[in-house]
Formats: sequence, structure tokens, C-alpha cells
Amino acid sequence: MTVVEDFGRAPISACPACAAAPSAERIAAMRADRDGRIMLSLPLAHCAACIQTVEGALSAVPGVRSARVNLTRKRVSVEAAPDVTPAQLIAVLAGEGQEAHELDPGLLSSTETDRQGRDLLMRLGVAFFSMMNVMLLSVAVWSGAEAATRDLFHWISAAIALPTVIFAGQPFFKSAWASLRVGRLGMDVPISLALILASSISVYETWMSGHHAYFDAAVMLAFFLLLGRYLDHRTRAIARSAAEELAALEVPRAIVLVDGVEVETAISLVMAGDTVLVRPGARMPVDGVVLTGASEVDRSLLTGESLPVQAQPGTVVSAGEVNLTGPLTLRVTAAGKDSSLHRMADLVAVAEGAKTRYTSLADRAASLYSPLVHILSFSAFGYWLWATGGDVRYAINISAAVLIITCPCALGLAVPAVITSASGKLFRKGLLIKHGTALERLAEVDTVVFDKTGTLTLGVPEPLALADHPPQMLALAAALAAGSSHPLARALADGALALDVLPAAVTDIREVPGYGVEGQWQGTRVRLGRADWCGAAPLSQTATYLAVDDQSRAFAFTDRPRPGALAAVTALKAAGMTVELLSGDAEAPVRDLAGRLGISNWKAGVLPAEKAARVAELSAAGHRVLMVGDGLNDTAALAAAHVSISPATALDAARVASDIVLLGQDMAPIADAVRIGRQSARRMVENFVISGGYNVIAVPLALVGLATPLAAALAMSLSSITVSLNAMRLK
Amino acid sequence: MEILAILIPVSLFLGGIGLVAFFWALKTKQFDDPEGDAERILTTEWDDKPRQ
Repeated sequence: MTVVEDFGRAPISACPACAAAPSAERIAAMRADRDGRIMLSLPLAHCAACIQTVEGALSAVPGVRSARVNLTRKRVSVEAAPDVTPAQLIAVLAGEGQEAHELDPGLLSSTETDRQGRDLLMRLGVAFFSMMNVMLLSVAVWSGAEAATRDLFHWISAAIALPTVIFAGQPFFKSAWASLRVGRLGMDVPISLALILASSISVYETWMSGHHAYFDAAVMLAFFLLLGRYLDHRTRAIARSAAEELAALEVPRAIVLVDGVEVETAISLVMAGDTVLVRPGARMPVDGVVLTGASEVDRSLLTGESLPVQAQPGTVVSAGEVNLTGPLTLRVTAAGKDSSLHRMADLVAVAEGAKTRYTSLADRAASLYSPLVHILSFSAFGYWLWATGGDVRYAINISAAVLIITCPCALGLAVPAVITSASGKLFRKGLLIKHGTALERLAEVDTVVFDKTGTLTLGVPEPLALADHPPQMLALAAALAAGSSHPLARALADGALALDVLPAAVTDIREVPGYGVEGQWQGTRVRLGRADWCGAAPLSQTATYLAVDDQSRAFAFTDRPRPGALAAVTALKAAGMTVELLSGDAEAPVRDLAGRLGISNWKAGVLPAEKAARVAELSAAGHRVLMVGDGLNDTAALAAAHVSISPATALDAARVASDIVLLGQDMAPIADAVRIGRQSARRMVENFVISGGYNVIAVPLALVGLATPLAAALAMSLSSITVSLNAMRLK
Repeated sequence: MEILAILIPVSLFLGGIGLVAFFWALKTKQFDDPEGDAERILTTEWDDKPRQ
């Protein structure tokens, strides 16, 4: 039974009878948390026809005011009356052949990042406009404009360049000021200095009718550096929005029972002491104790065990476990800040702290580069002041030329260009790079540690050696299995169907939640389910048991390996990596999988803390570890590893703790990621060498006073273009 | 060289129009869905006037 959605504008407890039922107000509060905007993810949308289908189908739903597809983000945003539910729209889209998932709009803060991107783009546009116009005038000066014409051109350039530098240079000025205040010389300090010095010296030269002005250099500098900044921002924004989308996919809802009435509500509104209903197949939204119902729960995401655990009244369950067979009602023991959700947040905070300790290649280059440039420029100033006997104007001109020529146009582009190119390539292969330095760290990896359940395997059971069972038994098991939605039963039924086994004529089939299925066959009772219920001796691996009379038979299952797992492991080993398997599961399934994938270093029954300890031990021995895992039990290890990957099906906390998310089911892209990571680290170093090379040629020219604005412009644009092209060579 | 007095303002003005058009496109969020916009020109459905 559900409550009618129509509250209108009238207060909910206007009638005297309602005043006696305070729960009505709570129901109203719980329902009011949804506004009229619904966001759906459309993973399969890719063409004009998809847009038309989706928008057409949604607009035809009564109550929908407008629907707009964003193909770039593969989403549709729907404005609808409050009584239109996401489930209703998903069903409509499914009818049109479009897969759709509900997104939590609260978690999608893309508008904020968009504003930042738009701001950078606007500055970039202004810098581009001025660069083109100033260059037009500068070329005239370089090709021989004299006297009054040259001065006029310089004045016009100044009128364009000065406002541009002030407007477009703001991101650099701000971050330079911020780094100076904490006493550090970041990359932005020499950039800002060069911008300011180039502009002011050019104004002075123009005023004095001098020959050389650097207005073109100043705006070009601003343009190329803003381009690098924008690429950097865009890569991050795309990764962030995709990561947000993954998080938003799990809409945090719970079904709360208020006086026996089911109310779907946000988890944040659930309080300890509430009663929550968890349907079969759903994830536990809160920590709690089972009140009624019998079922089995899958704890693999939390512990790595592949065997489901029985749940009955009194069993303690925690958020993140999956309810398999029967509906359960829970009394909430901890929700919100006190629940395991909050413990996950703590783990994630630890992980983020660990990751920021890595100094990237760009940081290392900047820490070498900034002092060097300042020393060069100041010593040039000192030398020429002394050599010319106190000609300040000439000395400042030289030191400005040094700053402009060495200014890291190419350095500012070297890393963002490579990362943009590499993460674009990996995204098309189904890998999401969440962290800017992840690729560099990936390049240094020499040891790979895998988790088993849910990572190397899909967490989907597959019956073992089904054809070895007698056909009669198989037919019985298939008939019983068809009566249940338990994953093992479904796998058994599918397996029997694939062998063309006709189900036996079993009657009176009924499911006993938490135990199995039973029925009548030729006058005897047959059961399929747990070992103790069927009177069988339990095997050490995942199995379900068939009981006929007093005989029993076990059907063993194995966890199906992820597609591409073997390819990934083989490729990683071929690339010279040590591969290890650490699992929280029992020994038999782990040994089986390790044998199949050819992993000789494996360990079963590993506790979460032991996983992290093993990763720390490897790191202490000088190894760089790539951790691949999906569960809560992997989170600490993911955080401790040099770099980490988790599949999109992983628990929220594990995904947040890892640097790279594997979006598809196929595991093979992991090997590609390592290869592309190594390649892009090489490209970054090459780019530093290229931009350094230009400086080696140009700086001596500037130091001896031979650098003209034309030489500066050439060096700057050539080196920027070369590094961008080099970045695109990534295969 | 007197022609410069006309040509330079003209070139600045034309560049300025481009810049203003870019600002307008940014402000009206036309860069939010480049892929979708590229595909939308292929649809056979259109509105006769902008939706209110």
C-alpha cells in the first residue's frame, strides 16, 4: 500500500483526525525532498535518432513539461510535475529500447565547474582576439615600419594589450600571489613577473619612441598559458563529472515503514530506530538488525567472501551488503553520520591525503625552473648594468627579454596536452582518469595486486561441470531452480537450459526464503538449497544442494572471471610486472582462479588490514604497487597503493579512493592503461626536453642582448606548437 | 598611409564583433553540449519559433 501523492497546497494535518497521526507529517517531509527536476543517465545514447526518440517519448508522458538530452554528458534532464516518478520515465524509455538510470541531481554539481570553465574560456577568447590584432601590428613593425608609424602601432598595441593582460592574466596573478604569501616560488610567479615586466617595459619603450616593444609577447604568453590551463581544467572537469555521475547512479533511497506504510525516502532522512524494508536484490541502505524475514545476504563487497551468509531475525547487517532471496525488515541501528557510510568517508579522507603527497613531474620541473629563471634574469640585469656603466633602461630590457623567452609557454602546455590526449584515449577504451598525476604514477608501477571477488571475477556464479551430473538430477534441479530468483538458482537454470535439459515435472514449487526451493516430484519431496536444509555435508566452495528422499547431491559453482581478466594478467606479466592476488575469500575458489589466470603469488582469507599491510610492505621494499580492487575491504589498500584502479561496480568508497575507474566489464583496458601511462610519462619528459632545448638556444641570445621581439615570438610559438604535436603522437 | 586610419579601426571592429559573438555564445550556454548540437542538425523535427 502506498500513500496518494496529491498533497496540494493545503497543510497536511489540517483535518483533526490527521493531527492525531504525527507520522503523516513525517511522510510528507520525506516525500517533499524531491523537486520537479529529474536527471536520467543514458549510457547508450549516441546519435541524432536517439535524441529524437528520448525527447519525443518523454515529452509524450503526461506531466512532463520539457525534456532535453545532453549528448556530450549522455544525460537527459526532465522538468516534470511532482507526481512523475523517475521509475515511470525509465520504463517509458525502456519501451523505446533506451537504457536509462536515475541520477541524483544533488550530487551533480556540474554547474559550478562549468562556470569556472566558462570563465577560463572567456579569458582565452579575449587573449586570442588581442593576440591576433597585436600580431597584425607587430608584423608591420618587424617588416620595417619607421618612426611615427611605428610609435602609432606601438600605442595601438598597448591599448589592446594592457587591458588584455590585466583581464586574461588574472588566474596567474591570483595563484602567484597565493604562492608568494606562503613563501613558495610556483610556476606562476615567473609567469606573472614576465607578463607585468613585458607590459610595463613596452609601455616605457613606446613612451620613449624605442624600437622594441613586447606587447605581442605578453598577449601570446597569456594565450598559450591560458590554453594549457583550460586543457587542464577540462580534463579534470570531465573526469569529475563522470565520477559524480557514477556516484549519482546509486540514488540513496530507502523504503521506510511508517505505521506499516511504505514510504520511499532519502537515506539522509532515515533515523536510528526506524523500520526499513529491503527487497530482494537491493543493497542495505543502513546498518541494522533484521526484525522479520529470512534471506541470504551477499557480503562480498565488504569482506570479499563469495559465499552468501544466512540472515534471519536478529542478524546484524551493515550498509552495502546485498539482500538476495527474501524481503527483510530492519530496525535501523545507525544511519547518516553514524553508519558505515560515514566510516567509508573517513577512509576516503585518508586516501585523498595520501595521494596529494606525490609531487608530479610538472611540480618537479617548476621547482627546478622558477629559481633558475629568476637568477638568470637578475644576473643579466646586474651584468648589463655594470657593463654599460649604469644604463638601467638597457639592463631592464635584457632581463625582461630573458624572462619572456624562458617563460614556460611550452612548460605550461607540456603536461596538460599529454594528459588531455592520454585521458581522451583511455576514456574511449572505458577508463576514467580521476587524478591528474595518475598516469605518471602508473608509468612507475612494477607490481600489480588484484582483489578477487568483483574485481577479477564478476561476482556472478557459474555452475561447474554441469554435464557430469546425471540428466535426471539435472532436470530436477532445473525445475526447482526455475522457481527462485537467487543468483545460484538462476545460474543453475541457465546452465541446464544451455545443455538442453528439459525441467522435470515438479509440482507445488515454493520458495522458503533464506533456505531454498522445495516441491513434489513423483510423490516425494525434493529440495534445492542450503546444505543443512537439504541434509548434505557442505563443500568448501560455493554450492547449492539437491535433496531427493534422503539422498543429496551438490552442484558446485565458481565465480565467472571478468572478460579480459586473463588477457590483462598476461599482458601485465609480459610487461615485466609481478602480479599478486590477495583475496578475503576461502582458499579453494582463490586457488582455482589463480590457476586459471596463471597467477602464482596468491593468498586467501586475507583481512582488510592485511591487504593494506601487504601493499605497505611492498612499497617499503621499493616496489611501486598498482592495486585493483572493488570492496570496502580493499579501500585501505587502494589508498595505500602508489596508484589504484577500481571497476565501476565497486562500492562508492573504493571508487573514490582509486585514481582510475574501469567503466566497462572488460578488464583488458588495464594493460592498455599501463602502456599508455608509460608512453605519456615519456612524452611529458620529451616535452620538457623540447621546451628546454628552445631555451638553450634562445636564452644565450637574450643574455647577450640579441633577442628581438620577433625572436621571442618565434621561440614561443614554435616550442608551444611542437609540444602540442608531440603530445598527440600518443598511440 | 592615411588609409591606416580607416583600416585599423575596421579590423579592430570586425575582430570585436567576433569576440562579442563568442561572449554571447558562451553566456547562452552554447558550448554545453557540442556533440548533441552536431547531431541535432540532422533531425527532421524543428520548431517554427523558439520555445517560450
